[in-house]
Amino acid sequence: MFSPGTAIALALLLTSFPAPAADQAPSPSSNERVIKVTAKRFEYSPSVITVKLNVPVVLELTTLDRVHGFEVPDLKLQAEIKPGEVSRVRFIPDKIGTFAFHCNIFCGSGHEDMAGQIVVTN
Amino acid sequence: MDFKSQNRREFMQLMGMGVGGVVFASGLGGLSGCASSRPKPEGDDDFYFVQLSDTHWGFKGPPNPQADVTLKNTVGLVNSLKRQPDFIVFTGDLTHTTDDDNERRKRMAEFTQIVSGLNVKNLRFMAGEHDAALDAGKAYQEFFGQLHYTFDHKGIHFIVLDNVSDPGASIGEAQLSWLKSDLQKLDVEQPIIVLTHRPLFALYPSWDWTTKDGDAAIALLQNYRNVTVFYGHIHQENHQMTGRIAHHSAKSLIFPLPAPGSVPKRAPVPWDPAHPNQGLGYRGVDAQPRRDLRIEEFAIG
Repeated sequence: MFSPGTAIALALLLTSFPAPAADQAPSPSSNERVIKVTAKRFEYSPSVITVKLNVPVVLELTTLDRVHGFEVPDLKLQAEIKPGEVSRVRFIPDKIGTFAFHCNIFCGSGHEDMAGQIVVTN
Repeated sequence: MDFKSQNRREFMQLMGMGVGGVVFASGLGGLSGCASSRPKPEGDDDFYFVQLSDTHWGFKGPPNPQADVTLKNTVGLVNSLKRQPDFIVFTGDLTHTTDDDNERRKRMAEFTQIVSGLNVKNLRFMAGEHDAALDAGKAYQEFFGQLHYTFDHKGIHFIVLDNVSDPGASIGEAQLSWLKSDLQKLDVEQPIIVLTHRPLFALYPSWDWTTKDGDAAIALLQNYRNVTVFYGHIHQENHQMTGRIAHHSAKSLIFPLPAPGSVPKRAPVPWDPAHPNQGLGYRGVDAQPRRDLRIEEFAIG
């Protein structure tokens, strides 16, 4: 049985660290390389993201206009990018190569062009 | 499930020629060698329907400088088919998207006026993301009715699925539940044709050629022995199997797109002034509930 104090502390913990949806993930830790990516119709900046093999990465995704998506099918990463929020996507690149990403939330004429690449190097 | 691309010959070998199989034929605008130029086959249940897809009315740009006439010309070509279809299906992206709600309605009104020139008046519409994703299908429903529905024709059960009015390309729990209820009424041998816009399976996720929860729909359909899916979205023919379900995408009527993964970007194939309609086309389907489907691919020329 929890004491009242324990129950309050547990409630605060749950409030501070909700389910790991990309837009609610905790801030990056010191060993992660942070890369800020902005989305707007119909492009990402940067559109080519270069990372090092086995170096943890957190992408901080924001949007300058409307809701966009971010999906890297080959790395099984995805996030929804909402106005006014930071969506964080964490991963540790474990294979060298070039991996395409794209917007997976239809955002208008030009949506099909909204894409980029993650390049993993040695 | 094997999502490997197949050419027609490989696909025919995979399908076999039994019930639910497909026979391919190609033609140019209803000319020789096609079912449309032959007399109507014997049998009360034989029928023919035409699939038009991705007309993108309102599009302007270098990939098709003749975009203002392609649909109108196609209406004439379909009207000239010797064997007129029982009905015509439009598998989405009737109009090209716009941020302007008034312009969207204007394009839908113009599209409606143009296709009213078809001799066949039994038209079945469905939305593409260009029609419906920016306003959750509000304008589309004003002009064309429900986003998902069923109809029956001469022994075949047709199911129209909406995988576009959610901009995230999901069918959604509510529609999947509706699909499950609809299928539960059917015998496992019931011939079923599914019409939708995006591929239900993960054709090429890196180009977003998939439906987020399409696997759930396929799992429900997999219980039935005679299921064929006709769709659009990718602006080219593609023929694949998921288990025993055949999936056939159609050419577009605006501009072709490259084969999945064949080039780095899914940009339209550049317009060729020497062959202005290259890669464009439509499809005829000769359907008999207990026999093979016969698919004819027509180029616009």
